[in-house]
Amino acid sequence: MSNIHQTIEAVWKIESTRLIAGIARVTRDVGLAEELAQDALVAALEQWPEEGIPEKPAAWLMTAAKRRAIDYLRRGQMLDQKHGEIAREVEFQQQRLSEALDIALDQVIDDDVLRLIFTACHPVLAIEGRVALTLRLICGLTTVEIARAFLVPEKTLGQRIFRAKRTLSEAHVPFETPRGDELRRRVESVLSVVYLIFNEGYTATSGEEWMRVALCDDALRLGRILVELLPGESEVHGLLALMELQASRTAARRGRDGQAILLLEQDRSLWDYAQIRRGITALDQAKKLGGGAGNYALQAAIAACHARARTPQETNWEQIVLLYDALLQISPSPIVALNRAVAVGMERGPAAGLAELDTLSAEPALAGYHLLPSIRGDLLLKLGRFTEAREEIQRAIDMTQNSREKELLMDRLERFSL
Amino acid sequence: MRFMMIVIPKGYESAPPGTIPSAEAVAKMMEYNRSLQKAGVLLALDGLLPPSTGARISYTGGKATVTDGPFAEAKEVIGGYWIIQVRSREEAIEWARRAPMGNNEIIEVRQIQEMSDFPEDVQKAAEGFENLTKTSAVKA
Repeated sequence: MSNIHQTIEAVWKIESTRLIAGIARVTRDVGLAEELAQDALVAALEQWPEEGIPEKPAAWLMTAAKRRAIDYLRRGQMLDQKHGEIAREVEFQQQRLSEALDIALDQVIDDDVLRLIFTACHPVLAIEGRVALTLRLICGLTTVEIARAFLVPEKTLGQRIFRAKRTLSEAHVPFETPRGDELRRRVESVLSVVYLIFNEGYTATSGEEWMRVALCDDALRLGRILVELLPGESEVHGLLALMELQASRTAARRGRDGQAILLLEQDRSLWDYAQIRRGITALDQAKKLGGGAGNYALQAAIAACHARARTPQETNWEQIVLLYDALLQISPSPIVALNRAVAVGMERGPAAGLAELDTLSAEPALAGYHLLPSIRGDLLLKLGRFTEAREEIQRAIDMTQNSREKELLMDRLERFSL
Repeated sequence: MRFMMIVIPKGYESAPPGTIPSAEAVAKMMEYNRSLQKAGVLLALDGLLPPSTGARISYTGGKATVTDGPFAEAKEVIGGYWIIQVRSREEAIEWARRAPMGNNEIIEVRQIQEMSDFPEDVQKAAEGFENLTKTSAVKA
């Protein structure tokens, strides 16, 4: 028999989003809605261990939340009750609220969940606030869980959520789905929050950091939820594709001792091919919707080129260079240009790659970025210019802060010093 | 973590070939499937034809013997499965509790083994495991 608290936690993870979304439809205040839902959770934690888990836990939580909402309204209006007139008004309001909640909670519509997501990712909030609120409201994570995943003190995270809720309330952010041009902009904000959560988990280095690694799964779940809620938005499919394709390599990205293994050196038999298939399906959907040239879809398409190659030699570098060209057009970035130079080096040989790379050496954004000398060293190595190569790799070692990366570079330096 | 929820429908062990669930049962099941999908936890699902159309191959003393279905001795047979991705065993159980199953029907919840669950020597022996589904999975 499972521990009852763990069971309640599991029920909460499944039900909380729709519960909060349903209450917010009536209160129009996400912070308040979350508090009321939390109150219902507290009631469950008190009563279920005694009375057992109710037959319909979701309905139980809804009813408890409704009772709290009405209590809240009553308490809020108490002060004014000396006037009989207002008392009647309060009673009327209570009844109306009760009915509205009945309807809202009886049938939480998908739109409510979507509105909740748009509100949690509202651009009025700092990006950390968006991330924390999304994990809390949409993924059902506790403050402790989020704090541990992001390696920040619990108190800091608590304040972050508190501030975010206050900002939403003070800015009178409406609980609604944006339309027209605004929709595109807001979808972008949602997607960047989801991708940030994914990357936070993806860059976690070891199995012991499972709290962080689990963020990848949370982001993937968010991606799948969004695809259901916004089926016509191609970039939503593009992001899901990108995350599935990147996550498919998880088992191959670290060696037995936790060291990083670069894409071309990975044991491809460890890639998750069921996940690759899901990624490619999502990418096809993005293209079908006419979004093949979107930012996430292009990155996913590059990842798909790697996924389709059985061996590194089979990689279609020509295609990858073209995809990087397209990516540079819509979002010019020195990092993308750097990656393109690597692809050029693979397609047309190290001399061509080096020529591309040297056009970037004056790029201020890349000054101090260890991958520039690291890649340069690699290309020089392939050209047989060993002395220069050694200098570049040493430079990369001096630049990087990440101990795993450092190990990787030292290893490379050692290997060709022999 | 991934879990398989295995459906063990009552009476399916003796169901004749061509047994098909009612439209009503399918509609209920679809509603449940949609809830899994909307929650972003669903990875895969399938239903299986009755065992009367299947076969069992049993191995004794290095010899394989084929028996056509239905299997008189079987009390519980598999009718289908879902694969879901959730955060905990409890969450998988909670999803199973919500399935629209009939009287005396059973869902068995089992965690899917990950390569990292194996000790090193077993991992070594299993090398190439993921490759097994590679060709069919990815087409250019």
